[in-house]
Amino acid sequence: MRAEPLPLHHFRKPLLETPFDARTRALQQNDQFVAWAGYTTVDVFTSVEQEYFAIRNAVTLYDLTPMVKYRVSGPDAERYLNRLVTRDVRRLKVGRVSYVVWCNDSGHIIDDGTVFRFGAQDFRVCTAERQLDWFSDSALGFDVEIEEVTEAIAALAVQGPTSCCVLKRFGLSGIERLKPFELGEFVVRGRPLLASRTGFTGDLGYELWMRPADALTAWDELMAAGQSRGIRAIGSQALNLARIEAGFLLPNVDFVSAEHTVRVGRDRSPLELGLGWLVDFDKPHFNGRRALLAERQRGPRRQLVGLDVGGNKPAHHALLYADAGGRREVGSVTSAAWSPTCKRNIALAMVEAPCFAPGHAVWADIYLNRELVWERRMVRAQVVERPFFAPERRRLTPPADR
Amino acid sequence: MPAAGRRRHDVIVVGAGHNGLVAACYLARAGLDVLVLEQNDYVGGAAVSRRLYRDFTYSNCSYVCSLLRPEIMRTLELPRFGLQIIPYEGGCTMMRDGGHLALYDNHDALRREIARHSQRDAEAYTRFSRDVLRQCKFIKPLLLHEPPDPTSFRPRDIRELLYLGQRLYRVGEQRMYDTIRFWTMSAADFLDEYFDTEIVKAHFAGSSIIGTALGPRSPGSAYVLLHHYMGDIDETVGAWGFARGGMGAVSGALAASLAASGGAVRTGAPVAQILVRNGRARGVALASGEELEASTVISNLDIKRTFLDAVAPEHLPEEFLTAVRRFKIRGSSGKLNIALDGLPTFPAIPAGSPCIRGDLHITDSIAMMERAYDDWKDGRWSAAPYVDMLIPSQIDPTMAPDGKHYMSVFVQYCPYRLAAGPWTDARRQEFGATVIDAIARQSPDFKSLILHAEIRTPWDIENEVGLTEGNIFQGELTMDQLLFNRPVPGYAQYRTPVRSLYLSGSCTHPGGGVMGAPGANAARRVLADLGRGALQ
Amino acid sequence: MSAAAPSSPHDVIVIGAGHNGLVCAATLARAGRSVLVLEAAERVGGLAVTREFAPGFRVSAGAHLLHQMPAALIAELGLPEHGLRLAGRALPSTALSEDGRPLALGERAALDACSAADARAWPAFEARLGRFAGLLQGLLALPPPRLGTASWSDRRALGTLALRLRLLGRRDMREFLRIIGMNAYDLLDDEFGTPLLKGALGLDAVLGTNFGPRAPGTVLTLLYRLAATRAAGSAALAQPVGGMGAVSEALANAARHAGATIRTGAAVKRIEVSNDRASGVVLESGETLGARRVISNADARTTFLRLLGPEHLDTGFVRRVDHYRSRGLAAKFHLALERAPVFTGVGRHALGGRLLVAPSLDYVERAWNHSKYGEWSRAPALEITVPTLNDPALAPAGRHVLSAIVQYAPYAPEGGWAGERAGFAAAIRAVLEAHAPGIGALILAEELLTPADLEREFGATGGHWHHGELAFDQFYMVRPVPGAAQHQTPVAGLYLCGASCHPGGGVMGIAGRNAARRVLAEAA
Repeated sequence: MRAEPLPLHHFRKPLLETPFDARTRALQQNDQFVAWAGYTTVDVFTSVEQEYFAIRNAVTLYDLTPMVKYRVSGPDAERYLNRLVTRDVRRLKVGRVSYVVWCNDSGHIIDDGTVFRFGAQDFRVCTAERQLDWFSDSALGFDVEIEEVTEAIAALAVQGPTSCCVLKRFGLSGIERLKPFELGEFVVRGRPLLASRTGFTGDLGYELWMRPADALTAWDELMAAGQSRGIRAIGSQALNLARIEAGFLLPNVDFVSAEHTVRVGRDRSPLELGLGWLVDFDKPHFNGRRALLAERQRGPRRQLVGLDVGGNKPAHHALLYADAGGRREVGSVTSAAWSPTCKRNIALAMVEAPCFAPGHAVWADIYLNRELVWERRMVRAQVVERPFFAPERRRLTPPADR
Repeated sequence: MPAAGRRRHDVIVVGAGHNGLVAACYLARAGLDVLVLEQNDYVGGAAVSRRLYRDFTYSNCSYVCSLLRPEIMRTLELPRFGLQIIPYEGGCTMMRDGGHLALYDNHDALRREIARHSQRDAEAYTRFSRDVLRQCKFIKPLLLHEPPDPTSFRPRDIRELLYLGQRLYRVGEQRMYDTIRFWTMSAADFLDEYFDTEIVKAHFAGSSIIGTALGPRSPGSAYVLLHHYMGDIDETVGAWGFARGGMGAVSGALAASLAASGGAVRTGAPVAQILVRNGRARGVALASGEELEASTVISNLDIKRTFLDAVAPEHLPEEFLTAVRRFKIRGSSGKLNIALDGLPTFPAIPAGSPCIRGDLHITDSIAMMERAYDDWKDGRWSAAPYVDMLIPSQIDPTMAPDGKHYMSVFVQYCPYRLAAGPWTDARRQEFGATVIDAIARQSPDFKSLILHAEIRTPWDIENEVGLTEGNIFQGELTMDQLLFNRPVPGYAQYRTPVRSLYLSGSCTHPGGGVMGAPGANAARRVLADLGRGALQ
Repeated sequence: MSAAAPSSPHDVIVIGAGHNGLVCAATLARAGRSVLVLEAAERVGGLAVTREFAPGFRVSAGAHLLHQMPAALIAELGLPEHGLRLAGRALPSTALSEDGRPLALGERAALDACSAADARAWPAFEARLGRFAGLLQGLLALPPPRLGTASWSDRRALGTLALRLRLLGRRDMREFLRIIGMNAYDLLDDEFGTPLLKGALGLDAVLGTNFGPRAPGTVLTLLYRLAATRAAGSAALAQPVGGMGAVSEALANAARHAGATIRTGAAVKRIEVSNDRASGVVLESGETLGARRVISNADARTTFLRLLGPEHLDTGFVRRVDHYRSRGLAAKFHLALERAPVFTGVGRHALGGRLLVAPSLDYVERAWNHSKYGEWSRAPALEITVPTLNDPALAPAGRHVLSAIVQYAPYAPEGGWAGERAGFAAAIRAVLEAHAPGIGALILAEELLTPADLEREFGATGGHWHHGELAFDQFYMVRPVPGAAQHQTPVAGLYLCGASCHPGGGVMGIAGRNAARRVLAEAA
């Protein structure tokens, strides 16, 4: 007989609830949920549009708990991470965060994420997907401990132009001094809380990391603090719109993890995804370095670019052609949206050489469903610089109050 | 009996197993006059539904429908002729200490289930399924391809060899090595590259031994694991399913499709001899003495029965006969079909878990399966067998009266020849008792629910179905008997040393399981040889 | 020498003075390279050593016969001039039988007495396997090509392979493609009836592999052995005077003579890397030695995971190295005997050769069964030699030494070897006693070297004397792992030359020679 019964309800309820579930579930009006890394999260609370404008105009709360979190610690933690990711972790100071990608042997991206440095030997890695298999195998030969702490930490993104002001009111005094990618430790009415000036919206914003037991109180206090500043909860769809404007990549949308691809030629390298700036060839060996060096010499065969698409219909999943006649295919759109802030029809697309340079024109094959009748449009699109939207306020320290 | 006297058929197919029927269907659709001869009073060979006890329907040989090629189902319009395939909801492996590992369709439920045993294994599962899928993708197009003869200089063979080479080449350097390793590894070593936990490894190792005279530590068993995974149901690769009405529904639909195309089946017509004149098959002689003529004869019997029993040796080169004698067809599996008075309870399985409606296994570890194999090597049935159970009546109401259940129990290993002497009824009962006891240890009420049990040893399967040694694949799936080596080198293209005599059974490429590909490939070869063009 | 500034960097440092390391060093030195060989032990030879296991009694600690080193290599390095002498060559092999009617292998008349049918079948079988072994011989001699590259040399190598296969002729090619993936059990069972013959050949097929004769792939290992024996030519099944250590000594002499420096007692702690290139080594003493190239004779796991360190490698590669199977399965058993043992029915001539205890295929298979569960074989299979018969100087006058390779012995039996050692030794003695009644009374001293002992003493991971299992999935272009199968490694300037490389273990020297050639070709 076993000492205690094992949790066996997962076949009835495969998805977990986040510590904010009681609040988010109460606020959502459409029963539009989405499974994210094993959790139920809200896809749309009220309307995508309203939620989106709150990101760009006011302040928003987004339940970030399902983000997979690992604690990486031990004497070799820095050396381990430096071998794992393409950036130089040695240059990451205590109290700062770094956006990173990690690759397999052939220099193809497995996932992206953020590394938080808490101390000389103490890090946190946040990832989009579970990585224990790769992280553990990468730990062979390193004195390092890797522990998944996803369920032990509740996380909330507080994003928008008035986020700093609301957080101050919430009790994070001094938050205004936090520079982008900096960490700050706070105690709010006796409850410890970690804030990082990070986010996925490309706007001014913070992410809060706390004990699950404190989650509901924090939510309520934040809502109260933000009431006069137009705070609202947002779902994944609104966030997705913002992240496309910011030019951020989403795994399984803009690329597939090299640990998951079944077909040949579906893997993507950081150079192809326009993340070459994350690859530090001058640091000691890291996973994929030799393959990436060779690729850099060869020049990437394809590239993720930003597109400014004609018309106002998002070019979802559109195939791209070199010519209006649609004879030579040169790539396809991975993410697309009408940008309400830029008033442009934008897209992220994977294109073949030589369509990389800004100004290069391609044609997007867009299908429109108009009252159940499908119409096809061949629309001109131009390669443009990313991000599409990058307001000054995202960098300003201290940020403005509004 | 044929009143028309010496009517000459275009094609006679010997044996109404699923592959024989598939071949017959394709040929009848091409406009040929096809007659299928079956020794038993029912069609289907080993894909049958039988009523051996009251209102219970037993899939008394094969019991799972996953490999049947979708192309075949579609071309032969099997759904129109009544075939309905319902996917499994999962499965479960029960350990002897009361623990279990369930497999759920839901990705998150599955991850959390494996994580109960090991979080790392739960995540390595993603890599495991990716790699299996990569190999499936590589192999699938080869299934309905005739393997090339690597020793031949004919353009077709060279072209096919190049096709094979190109397919391999296209996956890139690292994956080529992965493929080479995968095809030659043992399942145990393969699984070691992913998982740490014994139960997780044992669960996935199960399909590496089903039907084969290999253990999970025998090199080549990783391929067998794949062989059971390369089917797909409704685009879900690797899915297993039930045929509504039992496996006989597959044969029934095939027979109906054949009839609709103008082909005929004669049951209760055992073929005694395949008649050969001047190196050419010209028909068959039935056990009754009746002779039937045909321009083409297709034998759906395994290669040993075809050439050691049905064709007179003087028509065959000695070297070929030696190769046939050396073809390895080994009985290694037993089967119990059990009528139950109610649904047995399995305390290891949590109440309400849908996994009870999938395949249920009893094993703890690779070592336990390997020991089961050691018993077989020594000519004994496994004292602690690997058991693959299924209670299809939970899903398919046609299998048993309301409230009652039919349980199919596949057992690995059980030898064809016992070291202790010939199979007797007493020994068969003893074998059955071993299996029933193993199940009863997982299910306290199981024994009391048994209304009837049919116990089938390899010896019984050979005698009833005609499969040599009762081997479910018509020949071991080992490297020396796959692709261009199957069934024997030089004769992997469905032809035989006797002109106009072809093989269509699972002993040919791509091998066993209710897949239908050998039958379809054989039909294609026949049509090509007759100048009838391509397969429809 | 100072630890900080490496003085007089060598062209090449070879880590480990095993036979492959020495062959590699000698080959490079003969081509004019400055070579430094570093050996952790106080003597050269690695597993090819002769050592005293009881006062006055010496024995080859690892392999006890020389039968796979190509005659051409022996001649090329001039080993006879450097002191290699053979006490016997083309030694007979005898399959022992408890009933006192052993079978002299390879002798038609002897087989005829057992089974006329087998005697009739033997010549054709031997000839066919010989032709296949000839094909493999060409495969063993050269490093494997890579697949899917644009390199013409790789394509040529693959083309040559295909051509050689074709040149077998249709019938042989078919048979080759059929049996190459087969198990030895079925192949032998199809051909022969005599259990002694099948058992002995079955043991030859699995010697040094972690498989029983029923495992598919054991025909490959049988052919592999035959191929190596063919390549050895006149040096096949030979016994060097002074034991296997004498081969190592001759190799070391050849290397020194060509200008190589050999330092013993110089254990390498790690391989130095600068700018993603191997630049030298650091010794356990702290001394740093620079070199333009570093060649490791250590096994793949030791080289990559211990000496180099995963930080210089990619995770996927490390994963593959970590899964490279190298758990030993064979033990060595040494006896100091008061006088020559008497094996039932075995004459003086046969006693000087190989004596095999593998009375049937099932016997060997059952012996393997235990190893699957981490147990030692209750009735182990043995390859026995009495080296003192050909080379009396290995023991005090009139006394004798018995050396046996024992299969199967797990690397890590449950509960550890400490508690199992006595039981296993007793099981081996019982098998010996059954075939040589009275041998127990002659024992003056005994030594059992388990895989764990071999690992401790010789540094080979898992105590595996092939530096990794010989199986299809660890063979040729996937040995030891893709990415390091052509002697080069992912780190520029670092090479492998040991038995982890194709063509694997056995005192063969091919891996060492091929690694040297690879380095020479690159530098040229």
